[in-house]
Amino acid sequence: MFTSTTFLSILPEVLILVLAVLIFIVEPFWKAEQRRNAGWLTAGGLLAAMVISLLFGQPGEPTTTFGGMIRFDWLGFFFKLLFMFAGAATALLFMDNEKIGQRGEAYLLLLASLLGMDLMAVSADLVMLYLAIETTSIPLYVLSGFMLADKKSTEAGFKYLLFGALTSAFMLYGFSLVFGFAGTTNIYRLVEMFTAGSLSVGAAFGVLALILVGLGFKVSIVPFHFWAPDVYEGAPTPVSGFLSTASKAAGFAVLVRLFFVAFPEFAASWTLTLAILSAITMTVGNLLTLQQTNIKRLLAYSSVAHAGYAMIGVVALSQLGATSVIFYLAAYILTNLLAFGVVMAFSRVTGVDEIMDFSGLSRRNPWLALMMLAAFLSLAGMPPFGGFVAKVFVFAAGVQAGYVWLVFVGIVNSIIGVYYYLNVMKFVYLYRMPNEDEENHPVPLTRPYAITLAVLALGVILIGTVFAPWFGWSDAAALTLF
Amino acid sequence: MNFPVLSVITFIPMVAALIILMMPSHRRNETRAVALASATFALLLSLWVYFSYDQTVGGYQFVEKYNWLPALGISLYFGVDGMSAPLVLLTGVVMFTGVLISWGDEDPHVKAGIQDRPREFFAFLFLLAGGVFGVFVSLDLFMLFFFYEIAVFPMYLLIAIWGWVVTREYAAMKLTLYLFVGSVVSLVGVLVMYWTQYKNTGVLSFDMLVMENAGFSQALQIAWFLPVFLGFAVLGGIWPFHNWSPDGHVAAPTAVSMFHAGVLMKLGAFAALRVGIMLLPEGAKYWSWLIMTFAGVAVVYGAYIAFVQTDMKYMIGFSSVSHMGLVMLGLSTLNREGLTGAGVQMFSHGVMTALFFAVTGMIYDRAHTRMIPELGGMMKIMPFAGIGFIIGGLVSMGMPGFSGFIAEFPIFMGVWQKQWLVAVIASISIVITAAYIMINIRKVFFADLPEKLHGHVGDITVLDKVAIVTLCILMVGLGLFPSLMVPMVQTGVENIIRLLGGA
Repeated sequence: MFTSTTFLSILPEVLILVLAVLIFIVEPFWKAEQRRNAGWLTAGGLLAAMVISLLFGQPGEPTTTFGGMIRFDWLGFFFKLLFMFAGAATALLFMDNEKIGQRGEAYLLLLASLLGMDLMAVSADLVMLYLAIETTSIPLYVLSGFMLADKKSTEAGFKYLLFGALTSAFMLYGFSLVFGFAGTTNIYRLVEMFTAGSLSVGAAFGVLALILVGLGFKVSIVPFHFWAPDVYEGAPTPVSGFLSTASKAAGFAVLVRLFFVAFPEFAASWTLTLAILSAITMTVGNLLTLQQTNIKRLLAYSSVAHAGYAMIGVVALSQLGATSVIFYLAAYILTNLLAFGVVMAFSRVTGVDEIMDFSGLSRRNPWLALMMLAAFLSLAGMPPFGGFVAKVFVFAAGVQAGYVWLVFVGIVNSIIGVYYYLNVMKFVYLYRMPNEDEENHPVPLTRPYAITLAVLALGVILIGTVFAPWFGWSDAAALTLF
Repeated sequence: MNFPVLSVITFIPMVAALIILMMPSHRRNETRAVALASATFALLLSLWVYFSYDQTVGGYQFVEKYNWLPALGISLYFGVDGMSAPLVLLTGVVMFTGVLISWGDEDPHVKAGIQDRPREFFAFLFLLAGGVFGVFVSLDLFMLFFFYEIAVFPMYLLIAIWGWVVTREYAAMKLTLYLFVGSVVSLVGVLVMYWTQYKNTGVLSFDMLVMENAGFSQALQIAWFLPVFLGFAVLGGIWPFHNWSPDGHVAAPTAVSMFHAGVLMKLGAFAALRVGIMLLPEGAKYWSWLIMTFAGVAVVYGAYIAFVQTDMKYMIGFSSVSHMGLVMLGLSTLNREGLTGAGVQMFSHGVMTALFFAVTGMIYDRAHTRMIPELGGMMKIMPFAGIGFIIGGLVSMGMPGFSGFIAEFPIFMGVWQKQWLVAVIASISIVITAAYIMINIRKVFFADLPEKLHGHVGDITVLDKVAIVTLCILMVGLGLFPSLMVPMVQTGVENIIRLLGGA
């Protein structure tokens, strides 16, 4: 049955596909120096797709379309909007990166991966889910290794591919076991099968562990985080930004849907396992961040730690828990894109990305320094930036669920975080360039950067001050899980 | 709806910070002028709030409430009572004088005040000020917390960028970590209180007036009082968590020292009172002996350490620990006299210590040393600063006729009722304080001018004098006319006594 709801449920995906085809057709006709305009086209197209989806494609009552493959609800819709926003920002950040900005295929790959993420957020069936995850991952492998002449980038692409292939094989094995035990691959029917008792707790535990390997890789929780620092460091910076935000959030979208819908609270020991994983993820991520001297590696490890904070909301397994995870991810996407955007804007001009090289940035470009301050303070969880409210909500959900010890682990880790984030700001604001006058080494911003960074910075402040609407959307999304 | 004066006070500095950031960096004097104008405006508004607060009615006045996130019961809920109105005024005064003394002198030989990137300096300082105002006027616990954190992090930048080169990195990081640890520990306690209230009453609200009636069990109050109270009291410089404070004072630039000692430490004491004592009164009664012990140690120990310092800023920093110990001592009595004294002491100490740091900064900017043995004869060079410092010293010693007396006397009365031994021991600090203040005044202001300082030390600027006179007027005025503040604080204390269940 093909109804208008069927079409509306994949409206954003259709629009993304149309955009991709458009770029595919137009791009060869452009001269080499015009090709960066594909960035404007991608970003503009994605924003238009967001507006059109918001106007016509808002979900009503949750429904399932395409024979149970796709769930059309606010959870998926909100995540789709987030991904598309992140994609638009990333496309703009691509533009003035010489290595990838003038190659039309970079934008195509970005859109292809975005298509996969959108489907990840709405998959209601394990088969669909697996396809979506692979659609997301494969373009990202290519993008990570995009700079063929750069050894680090090639290594990043290859490493990401190997880890991804291995973990997705684990996950696929888990899915096949689920099908074997339950006789269905539909996420929304699994729960009935479990309550019917066709799956023992022990077996379910094993299956969940296998699935967690694949998802843990996507969201980079310890011990599946080893790829993150190398890939983030080697990949082109905007790609790292995209990996650490949209790709991670897509993983969380699946995690939330699977654990809240298909496997709700089937055993207390399972929640405890997740809680311990969350605690380890935060702690290991933060302790490793402390020793980093490269800004991209620092952000990579800190993104591992942030996956740990967000997990607290999953552990809480309550409506507020789900809301707080979604809110956290929204704030985190804006913040980390801003952080990577600033790094990108800086190293595009200077060609370096060690933390030491940021000395004197506040004199070289005060605005860029301020935006970096906003991003890092938000990551550290300071108001009036998004990170603060997001953390408080996650902690509130943790305390509500009785996980006071986990929240204490969380706050100890936030303190470590404050230390290393402020340490970077010390270079930016306090230290001077050795033997140079900063006035002679400005860091100019090109137009795409100026626009993207300004929008992101504004977003980070808005989500941290006027948080009611964001909370409302996150809550609407979380509500569809219950 | 009346004029929303409290939200205007809170957001004026933040808006000013934004405007200042938008200005081109080479328009230095224009930047300062905008800063001074907005500080003056905030001061006038806080004066208006203070003097139009109706003491006969008491309670929370100028109340404004806007729903912010109804789903979790978070609202922008502002109001002042007899306890917080003086602190709002204090913040206005310190902000105003802080801008005045940061203006400085562009003359490269003098280089007083803030000459490096004044635009960023004032922007961060005002963000801090906005956070401080927000804490003092918030009646919503979430928002109190929000503003509290806003008041913490600009300190790092202000100290690390404009501070004393030798220790600034160390001190700034130490301060930030101490304060952040304290605040997040309190946060956990606050969240526990929030959910317990929900369990008890079914109301989801961060409104502190609602939380007062949440019916927390005695066990919960006893278990969570210490984390909540001490978490905030870290910022109040309570012993043994005071260590960050003198280091921070010493490393900070003058205006930030004034803010830090004058206002920020009050923020800690105030939040500890508002959240710790007022929301968990049973816990406060149970643990009052411990707080009293900590405070008693702080009073004597702080004074003694201040006595042996040779660096003026360290001396004042430790004297702040000692005086804030008196505030904590007053809070720990949980009786009318002690709490009233603590309320007045917060104001009195804020003004006094701001003055001390201002004068010390003026001397350091011109003599390039703060070491007491290397200084002398300042009275002839900068008589205004000298007279200001002497008046501050008299306040510090608790001389009758100055604001220190009307603050410390009730505190000792309150402590005596509770535990006379503590009062006796704590009163030793008055003697030590008198000793180090007088030694300092004699050496720095009246001894001969050392050879090294001949010639190049000049007088302070007109703006500096305005700042000193403003602060002195407040201290003498309050000393001569205690009725300007004491009855107001008492209305606030009545409310606390009611919550404590006492008559």
